[in-house]
Amino acid sequence: MAAPLTLLLIVAVTIRAVLFRSSLAELILERVEVVSPLNAWKRVVEGLALLDLGVSPYSGDVFHETPLMIYLFHFMVDYAEIVFMVTDGLTAVALYLSIQTYNKNVFRKQKYALESDRYPADCLELLRSPKEMFYIPLKVAMFYLLNPFTILSCVAKSTCGLNNAIIALFILCTLKGSALLSGILLALATYQSIYPLTLFAPALLFFLQRLYIPVNLRRSSFWFFTLQYAFIYVGSLVVITGLSFFLLGSWDFIPSVYGFIFSVPDLTPNIGLFWYFFAEMFEHFRLFFICVFQINVFFYTIPLSIKLKEHPVFLIFMQIAIISIFKSYPTVGDVALYMAFLPAWSHLYRFLRNIFLVSCVLLACSALFPVLWHLWIYAGSANSNFYYAITLLFNFGQVKGPILISHFT
Amino acid sequence: MAAHRCGLSLVCILFFSSLAHPSRCDTLEKANDNTATKRSISEVNTDGSVAGEDMNERQWQSTDVEVNRSDGTKNSETFTPAPAKDQFQEELVIRPLHSGDIYASFQFRTLWDTDFLQEGQKKVSHYRLFPKSLGQVLSKFSVQELHISFTQGFWRTMQWGQPFIPSPPGAELWVWFHHTVSDVDGNWKELTNVLSGIFCASLNFIDMTNTVQPSASFKPLGLGNATDHRFLRYATLPREIVCTENLTPWKKLLPCGSKAGLAVLMKSEKLFHSSFHSQAVHIRPICQDEQCTSKAWELRQTLNVVFDHYTSGQGKKEWSLFKMFSRTLTEACPLASSSKVYVDITDNPEGELFELSPATPLLSQAVVLGDRRTYSVYDLTRAETFGQLRSFNLLLRWKGDSGDMLRPLLHAERYVAGFGLQTGEIHTVIYNNHPYRAFPVLLMDSVPWYLQLYIHTLTVTSKSRDNKPSYIHYQPAKDRHRPHLLEMLIQLPPHSMTEVTVQFERALLKWTEYTPDPNHGFYVGSSVISALVPSMVAMSTNFTQDQPLFSSFVPVKEESSYFVRVYTEPLLVNLPTPDFSMPYNVICLTCTVVAVGYGSFYNLLTRTFQVDEPSPPLAKRLANFIRRIRGVPLLA
Repeated sequence: MAAPLTLLLIVAVTIRAVLFRSSLAELILERVEVVSPLNAWKRVVEGLALLDLGVSPYSGDVFHETPLMIYLFHFMVDYAEIVFMVTDGLTAVALYLSIQTYNKNVFRKQKYALESDRYPADCLELLRSPKEMFYIPLKVAMFYLLNPFTILSCVAKSTCGLNNAIIALFILCTLKGSALLSGILLALATYQSIYPLTLFAPALLFFLQRLYIPVNLRRSSFWFFTLQYAFIYVGSLVVITGLSFFLLGSWDFIPSVYGFIFSVPDLTPNIGLFWYFFAEMFEHFRLFFICVFQINVFFYTIPLSIKLKEHPVFLIFMQIAIISIFKSYPTVGDVALYMAFLPAWSHLYRFLRNIFLVSCVLLACSALFPVLWHLWIYAGSANSNFYYAITLLFNFGQVKGPILISHFT
Repeated sequence: MAAHRCGLSLVCILFFSSLAHPSRCDTLEKANDNTATKRSISEVNTDGSVAGEDMNERQWQSTDVEVNRSDGTKNSETFTPAPAKDQFQEELVIRPLHSGDIYASFQFRTLWDTDFLQEGQKKVSHYRLFPKSLGQVLSKFSVQELHISFTQGFWRTMQWGQPFIPSPPGAELWVWFHHTVSDVDGNWKELTNVLSGIFCASLNFIDMTNTVQPSASFKPLGLGNATDHRFLRYATLPREIVCTENLTPWKKLLPCGSKAGLAVLMKSEKLFHSSFHSQAVHIRPICQDEQCTSKAWELRQTLNVVFDHYTSGQGKKEWSLFKMFSRTLTEACPLASSSKVYVDITDNPEGELFELSPATPLLSQAVVLGDRRTYSVYDLTRAETFGQLRSFNLLLRWKGDSGDMLRPLLHAERYVAGFGLQTGEIHTVIYNNHPYRAFPVLLMDSVPWYLQLYIHTLTVTSKSRDNKPSYIHYQPAKDRHRPHLLEMLIQLPPHSMTEVTVQFERALLKWTEYTPDPNHGFYVGSSVISALVPSMVAMSTNFTQDQPLFSSFVPVKEESSYFVRVYTEPLLVNLPTPDFSMPYNVICLTCTVVAVGYGSFYNLLTRTFQVDEPSPPLAKRLANFIRRIRGVPLLA
């Protein structure tokens, strides 16, 4: 199994290296679909330049990365391309290993259930054969590494790739059963972009399931483990935030990073729902709608956790998808992360309705983004509504896509 | 009741005005006395004036330092005992430009011998020549120094040379507050609103989003060695349009209004029918005497106009005061201690280029902007200037073509490069035309927040080589709070062109933040280039001597160089716009997508799976329906 994965990694790295050297790299660097104000490479460089000038990078409104990111790139800025390629490879390997672990678990459960004759007769065709499952991890890695969205994101040096790597490692540690590492990585992901906070619930559910602790509010063992995990998570979050404070000597980064994520002051077009909505919003409703839109990300966590408590890994997938749809500054890199999980649910494809329509919508939108952008910004023959219409359709497709799958788990 | 109140107030007004009238007369008389004494002194000074009947014989007016020093002491001896030491001077400088245009520069200076910012002297209620409206504002907001200018048109340095007092297109305001002010921002906000009322201008649009605190470019021009730039505020409104409604309040600040003196020439229909119009008010504390024992407030009102008489004069290059202003001068302002008209005749020493009539016996030399210039002087306080007709109409007739102009030593231009509405690049090009001297310049740029500057893309190149600025002060913008401020000290090599470029990204704004005509574009104020330019001749560093007003605005610290400020063009930048007509549509459509998401999730969360009973076919249901009506047992 290692050979195909190595081959895949080599192919992926080659593609990226070629693109980095080509004239396309300059073009991709500025694409609004690929980079957002939160993770644009240009802004990282700007932050470093400000630091060199002796100005706090957070005194302006250009730089919104976390302090740890500055210090990472302070040393790595010359090797940025390698860092981003390695990160992508790391994400793919982590996803590969986690899906492999997940499949082993599923297969074991399926075997026990078969032995105890718990499946109804007409469900037998849903069962997964080892032959099918053998290639799923590789497919997942391939979906991530060769996805054009990931490649674009990597060539644009969007720090979204780093966040994806942290989340992928978090999933790996969770599935491997290491609560400590999982908590720390989840804290790191939260520190980077607040939203992965919602992954706390599925991770906790997974650990409980793995340790055969029933979700029962009256059981002390449930509370013991929950508090333990929460302590690891909150503790490491406090440590990381404190570390940032000591690195910079001020709390300026809190409003500049998290305030920026929540209050959406920058309305640069992207593939999300926020920019045009808040550009056209009536001023006195602004706060209300910001609350409504931001709550959307966190709001579904509890009901989904209750409904999907038997399928925590699927819940992780759902949460990642929700984050990438409803976050304030989404990029295609976020979309690529949840798309990588699609092969893991391949046994459900036959139940999907509208799959053809949804994939066509997503494909057409991806092609139309640059076209309509060009018409609006450069040619001047279209206006903002054109680009907005495409983002709307893209999000419609996204909303429909993952939810379709979820109906049949 | 209303009528009664009206009547009462009328009586009150009559009463108070009758009270106020005699005192006004008093001040007028006193001022006349002053001017009379002053006039006698000036006759003593320019000892040739008595014998100046013969118009053909040219004489030099004594503006040289050596002569004047003794006179200056005489002046102070005569004037120190007088209790009210307000003083008013007016002058008009006319410079025929090489392009065929005419540059007319009015300067009015009111000196007020009071220091109202001193402790214990807060309340000053007696105003003579100094406008009360400004005096009250200064003391209320503890202003140390105030400079405000309104400009219509752009000063073309390459064609016209350096102006006496430069100003950027639109409105510019910079203020140094007194160091006792605790809430500078609050004072600044109120001050801009008050000034907006005084000058009938949109200065109330100055807020934190276009105010900066330059660290080096704007030093106080008057007394006071304030160096803490926390007390400085600088703002420009490049979009401001200057018109008659700004001129009228400006004229009202003059002691004589537009009734007498040089100000009668200011007819707005002529002044605004020009290529360039700039009016300014500069207030600063200055030394009263050479020893600087006491402080006085100086109010300088300047008005600069460039008339394009080439095109409007049917190709004939001749002008007169009447042609330019549609008025002639009949008297000096009675309150003015000096009232003079200067005409630049440096290029015309032997009278071969143009002919001035009436000719004047008085000549004056002044070192202005690093160059020794010769001027014909007409003293309006003397009756013989007006001749038999009691009216003074200066006339200049060109004889030949003027030669080439000496290129200004420092010159700059600016433009936006790039295409599309996403990114762009600001290019500032600075020329040093000095053949062998390099000198440093301070470049200041204030860019609004909606153009996000990327400072790491900043490049400075001279002679196609990298020219690293020795000092950079950069303050990045905060969205909707603060503009970018970039200040750099750049060394300009001799005879070179230096190009400064920086990239920016255009932001999409909220639909309510766009100006009423969003596709016109957004203005970015001029860059300010301040420099000490090497001088051709020695500059006089004596600040208090009796120089012509136009040559004495900026204090000169050393003899070998002079201070110049150059403003570049303002920029007009297009931003991407949303569709202003469809906020409702956008809100509805986006909410629909969110609702579809919510609906799907709700569906998913509440749906339970049940084994589906196959429903009977339609024929069977119909049959059962009929059977039920008939009361017959149903089909299975």
